[in-house]
Amino acid sequence: MHALLWLCAAASVFTTVGIVLILLVESLQFFGHVSIVEFLTGTTWTPHSNPPQFGILPLFCGTILVAGGSAVIAIPLGLGAAIYLSEYASPRMRDVLKPILEILAGIPSVVFGYLAIVFVSPIVRSLFPSADIFNALNASIVVAIMILPMIVSLSEDTLRSVPRSLREGAYALGATKLDVTVGVILPAALSGIMASFILAIARAVGETMAVALAAGKRPQMTLNPLDSIQTMTAYIVETSKGDNPQGTLGYQTIFAVGLTLFLCTLALNVLAQWILKRMREQYE
Amino acid sequence: MSGLPRNGRPYAKLASQLFAYACAACAFSSVAVLVLLLSQMLRFAWGWLDWQFITNFDSQLSPDKAGVRAALVGSIYLIGLTTLFAVPIGVGTAIYLEEYAQRSRWRGIVQTNIANLAGVPSIVYGILGLGVFVRGMQMGAGVLAGALTLTLVVLPIVILASQEALRAVPSTIRQASYALGATRWQTVWHQLLPAALPGIMTGVILALSRALGEAAPLVAIGAAGFVMFTPQGLNDSFTALPLQIYNWTENANDDFRIHVAAAGIIVLMVMLICLNATAVFLRYRFGKRILW
Repeated sequence: MHALLWLCAAASVFTTVGIVLILLVESLQFFGHVSIVEFLTGTTWTPHSNPPQFGILPLFCGTILVAGGSAVIAIPLGLGAAIYLSEYASPRMRDVLKPILEILAGIPSVVFGYLAIVFVSPIVRSLFPSADIFNALNASIVVAIMILPMIVSLSEDTLRSVPRSLREGAYALGATKLDVTVGVILPAALSGIMASFILAIARAVGETMAVALAAGKRPQMTLNPLDSIQTMTAYIVETSKGDNPQGTLGYQTIFAVGLTLFLCTLALNVLAQWILKRMREQYE
Repeated sequence: MSGLPRNGRPYAKLASQLFAYACAACAFSSVAVLVLLLSQMLRFAWGWLDWQFITNFDSQLSPDKAGVRAALVGSIYLIGLTTLFAVPIGVGTAIYLEEYAQRSRWRGIVQTNIANLAGVPSIVYGILGLGVFVRGMQMGAGVLAGALTLTLVVLPIVILASQEALRAVPSTIRQASYALGATRWQTVWHQLLPAALPGIMTGVILALSRALGEAAPLVAIGAAGFVMFTPQGLNDSFTALPLQIYNWTENANDDFRIHVAAAGIIVLMVMLICLNATAVFLRYRFGKRILW
């Protein structure tokens, strides 16, 4: 029985090894044709034109634009909601709001993609007539809704774990509730809150279907959220839909872009874990 | 006593009050968003969702004849197979980590590894599935390859939830069982697993809801877009609800793009609600009996 259970546990390690190996092996073949310097520094991504150009920066830029945009929207809202739930809400309010956030978190990505196109895009275009039908802002808005529950629940957990004595000490000094929240509780919970932001951004970077539907299919270097762009994830989706025989450059780009994406999210996740470990406040 | 602070901050109290309202507004915006989104979906799906929509296959040209039959059956197959793979492996891993592996270095490695896997985007699992199952093992983009890929996506969720459930069983239960001469496996099988079952099932259902809504890994393994049959064997090509919704949303025809897709979304959401209602019911039904 012991051996069988060990095998189960080993399966997850094999998964990681499998991801790394598959991504590396195919990417190495890709880098046999395209120099790694060109891949990392090139500013044009035109894999289907002749001659093709494989500079990942436009895809990377698109990913940052969408993830950054969603963070700008979701972080203030999420933090505000977390503070409300942990410091102000009555238990009854919490019982109403928490399940609603869970429902929001459970809505599939593709549904948000649909809503971005049929609902968000017309609104964005009526506000900014210059916007493309498919644009980065659409994607940012729906991705913000998707990562909001994660920010709220993780931040709220940290806020609630700040001991009562700290609050009471501050109140005893004559502080208002605002002073206590912003001056005492937020700094005490800072590491957990930062980690929740980073995990949410990692999630936004890896977000696929909503972005593939909403943001467009045009890889370009732009920081204008009203432009049509393409992210790394959306490129993988677009290419996977076509027919890519094994061994072709088109097939290998999936893995090269996938490797870049994997390294980005891994770095963000490790950073979040490091922040949690290094900056944790200890209370006795 | 609770008058204005007298230290030259006449607006301190007002600011505090405004801050409270601002935070409340943030929290209630989530309610507004949810209501808005659901109402939009219902509005667009209105009139398109009928029994025919459930029993018909997809249609290439006529939106009013399109249906979700292939996608619905495909999704049920996928979820069934994913449960079959993910539950034993996931719960087994959790038992190993919580009850068998002591504080060894190996346990630390596996635990960190699972935490990192939980943060890997689902599309990356799709690429893994494409490389290993579809091309490496020559399975093709069939139901089995899809289910195996989804298993990898949801495995961290099952493991982490099961670990939590096992950890919540008080150690007195373990000690009592060992004191009566039970082996480690007997303790796990007869004491810990029944006690942890509600928690494990909640985690499993959460994982299945995730699997039900995932389209990205299925697109990555190259699952077919247009399917006019239900899968008969494990290697038959298939489609699934989220995949079907994606394809409809990409369609240039507005009826498909807006209305048929919305009707598909309603079917998917109803399935998700059923799954989660089961979770709530199970928690209620089995959670009550355990008292310690």
